[in-house]
Amino acid sequence: MSEKLYSISVEVNGVARSAHVPARLSLVDWLRDDLRLTGTHVGCEHGICGACSIMLDGEPVRSCLMYAVQADGHRVTTVEGLANPDGSMSVLQDSFCKCHAMQCGYCTPGMLIAAKGLLEANRHPSDTEIRAAIGGNLCRCTGYQQIVDAIHDAARRMASGAK
Amino acid sequence: MAEEKSPSGFRYIGTKRRTKEDPRFVTGRGHYAADIALPGMKHIALVASPHPSARIVSINTKPALAVPGVLYVLTGEEFQGGTDALYVGVDAPKVTRYALARGIVRYAGEWVAAVVADTRAIAEDAAELVEVEYESLPYVIDPEAALAPDAHLVHKAHGSNVLYHRKFVWGPVEEAFAKADHKLAFRATWGRSSTVPIETFGVAAQWDAGTGLLDIWASIQMPKFPDQAARALKLPGNAVRVHFDVDVGGSYGLKRGIKHTVLVGFLAKRLGVPVRLIEDRLENMRGGDMHGPDRFFDMQVAFDRDGTIRALKIRAVDDVGAYAGRSPLQLGKPVGAICGPYQIRAIEYEPTSVMTNKTPQEAVRGFGQAPTNFALERAMDRVARYLKMDRIELRRKNLIRKDQFPYLIPSGTSYDSGDYHAVLDKALAAIDYPALERERDEARKAGRLAGIGISTCLEPSGGNTSFEILFNPKNETTTWMDSCLVRVDLSGSITGLMNTSSSGQGHETLVSTVIGEVLERDPAAIRVIHADSLSALPSNSPVGSRMAIMLGGAAAGAARKIKDTLVAIAAHNFECSPQDLEYRDGNVNVKGVPSKVLTWDQLVEIAHRKYHQMPPGIEPGLQAKFVWEVPTGPTVPTPDGRVQMYPCYSFETHIVYVEIDPDTGKPSLKRYVCGHDCGVMINPDIVHGMTYGGIAHGIGASLYEKFAYTEDGQLASGTFMDYLIPSAMEVPDIHIVDHCTPSPLTTFGQKGSGEAGYLGAPAAIANAVNDALDPLGVSIDTLPMSHLALWERISSAAKKSA
Repeated sequence: MSEKLYSISVEVNGVARSAHVPARLSLVDWLRDDLRLTGTHVGCEHGICGACSIMLDGEPVRSCLMYAVQADGHRVTTVEGLANPDGSMSVLQDSFCKCHAMQCGYCTPGMLIAAKGLLEANRHPSDTEIRAAIGGNLCRCTGYQQIVDAIHDAARRMASGAK
Repeated sequence: MAEEKSPSGFRYIGTKRRTKEDPRFVTGRGHYAADIALPGMKHIALVASPHPSARIVSINTKPALAVPGVLYVLTGEEFQGGTDALYVGVDAPKVTRYALARGIVRYAGEWVAAVVADTRAIAEDAAELVEVEYESLPYVIDPEAALAPDAHLVHKAHGSNVLYHRKFVWGPVEEAFAKADHKLAFRATWGRSSTVPIETFGVAAQWDAGTGLLDIWASIQMPKFPDQAARALKLPGNAVRVHFDVDVGGSYGLKRGIKHTVLVGFLAKRLGVPVRLIEDRLENMRGGDMHGPDRFFDMQVAFDRDGTIRALKIRAVDDVGAYAGRSPLQLGKPVGAICGPYQIRAIEYEPTSVMTNKTPQEAVRGFGQAPTNFALERAMDRVARYLKMDRIELRRKNLIRKDQFPYLIPSGTSYDSGDYHAVLDKALAAIDYPALERERDEARKAGRLAGIGISTCLEPSGGNTSFEILFNPKNETTTWMDSCLVRVDLSGSITGLMNTSSSGQGHETLVSTVIGEVLERDPAAIRVIHADSLSALPSNSPVGSRMAIMLGGAAAGAARKIKDTLVAIAAHNFECSPQDLEYRDGNVNVKGVPSKVLTWDQLVEIAHRKYHQMPPGIEPGLQAKFVWEVPTGPTVPTPDGRVQMYPCYSFETHIVYVEIDPDTGKPSLKRYVCGHDCGVMINPDIVHGMTYGGIAHGIGASLYEKFAYTEDGQLASGTFMDYLIPSAMEVPDIHIVDHCTPSPLTTFGQKGSGEAGYLGAPAAIANAVNDALDPLGVSIDTLPMSHLALWERISSAAKKSA
């Protein structure tokens, strides 16, 4: 294909990445297919399910609704970038395991991103605030209960200084 | 979290323990079908019919083939010439089904061609350029219209739209109806919904011409999948290798992409390159053949003035869409729990499976039991209302009592165990029922629409296949085993091999917990791997809430063989009888002499290296397999259709409080308690998680989700903007109350729980909504009870009273 390519530079999980991409390449396809960061998942491809959520400059966004070219000059964090610098699981990831906040794991990366976005803005979220924050992320396995529990657990632990 | 001692005296079973699977999922290291990237892999996009019924006049693939990067365009003509039709669950051999249509299309969304290209994007571009000329044909969308004598035939060669029909009569039904004080009749309708996983179906295949082996990676949950794929591809079974180590992104019974797999396998072999198909959301919703039961029940109940239910007549019509598969059998499984948890001694059951020009149906969580439970529970509430009797009192009166187990129901199935009254009482206490009634009554006084719903339902578990032999006398399957292999390597590490893929049920945790329990070794150090189909022992996959029972039982059986071997080795070396020894934590010592011991490491060393210290007749190395048949097994049905369906029966009671906004019809679930008894829980977090999730599915099926069709046969809800999946805002805080009545039939007393929640939630929510509408004098027995449907009923009542 002789599609016109655009050069982009994106910081992905702390690493500078450059690429030449066609205008119509979605951000999630670039992350998954070209960078092989397959932790970010595709669920509905029309912005409803939230499985493809990533952080863009610290805010949760849907990578299926963005083109890769739109990420040029921005900072992207995917689920692969949520661990602590030493590679150990973050408190949030650990709380998800502790509370078994998943089953098939498919929506989990998006849920973690939504939860991270919440906890960075609100260190003591209420039940309702947690449900609102993950309200745009669909899960078919858990009925959300253990996810809500896990986010509460992470908030408590982070408030007492855990990382 | 600190490990807690199990209340039931087990070391690991029933304790709160972290799962084996979760760490890879939270770090983005899951391994799903869409993550499979094979060197040189090509991608598929599909061309779908826009017509619900049409003749394919011609297909011009040239413009698509001219697109750079396009490798091939496959049509139904070539595909059907090179493959065999897919398996049909009932005796309807002329209802042939292939991945690509040839000649006739039978539903909007049916695939007619597959484009193979370097990238999915190119394949999609080219799919737009495939020119298909259609000639529109008559169609039938409504299942009752499809039953009419002059209806358009979806499959002309079959001669009828009916795939299956039979009237079963178990017990003195007419006599009971004649003698009963009262009778009532109503229709309950379960809308076309499904469990719709967030991951669509995906499959990748690679053909090796050198070895003649087709490798398949798929997001699969399906019994006999490798066999059926091989058969349709006209390959010997040992030429197809299905890799079960693919994480499946949700299934709940649904991920049975056999047609997708045959298509991809055919293309991989035909083109000699690896090929992958990942459905997009619309392909999944419209052409993925994964809709669920679409069923109405004409219910008749005969009962006495004291509330005794004497008999039921149940006519169930299920619209399976345009092709058969296993979907008609979803009317068969409920035979095994056709009277629910109640003592009802005479039942007439008349199931009809009918085809229409809609997307085909697939197995969905509960395999037809959730709709049946919904109809039964609406009947209970309607009887109570008729008699002006308390709904709980009516249930208590009819529930099978603890001392009546094992309990034989009229359709020939024996329920293993239960204490339904105790679970109901626990749930009522947990929600503080008298206070809840006061809350409802006060809300009503304040002018709000408020209602309480209760359901008491069964979850048949330990899935076998009795419905196959019941619904298709030509199918003599009575075997439905599962297996496990346990291996202890030279380092003393334990590995369990399971023989199917998982879609979130935590099977690795299950197997390691059970092996650890038997061998008294830490489950955290036990690895569990998924075999491929050529190295696997027989399995029938995680269907019918069976894996805690069947895979758990198989893992325990294999581990016990290992334990027996270790004791035999010690006995040989101590020159004593095995009865003189005791096994502790993997070490074996002479009873009462702790110092006379062979440790785990020493025993393993002997088994692997010291043949001279091995007892005669015992294989060197240390591994054991166990293949287990379903306890009670499927039985051959009697001529009047009585059969032992599943072996174990879990029980759940749901109590839910709803308020409905009279201006918008919007319901809010304010309180939710579920009392649950699935016997001994292997891992409570996993059981609770599946129960919460099942309730969320039930909330969707009862209030939101519907594959709606227009009168002209188009799917009107093919996206998540119109097929509404409950979010965390619609699913309330749920409180589960556990109870444990062990099953006498299973290794540890466990029962199944994979369908928990879903089997009782829709019934309870429907009862709650009807309780809320009751003061208005209106009711609703059609799911989903959408905002609009509720608003219409509320408005009609307001008009009447005005």
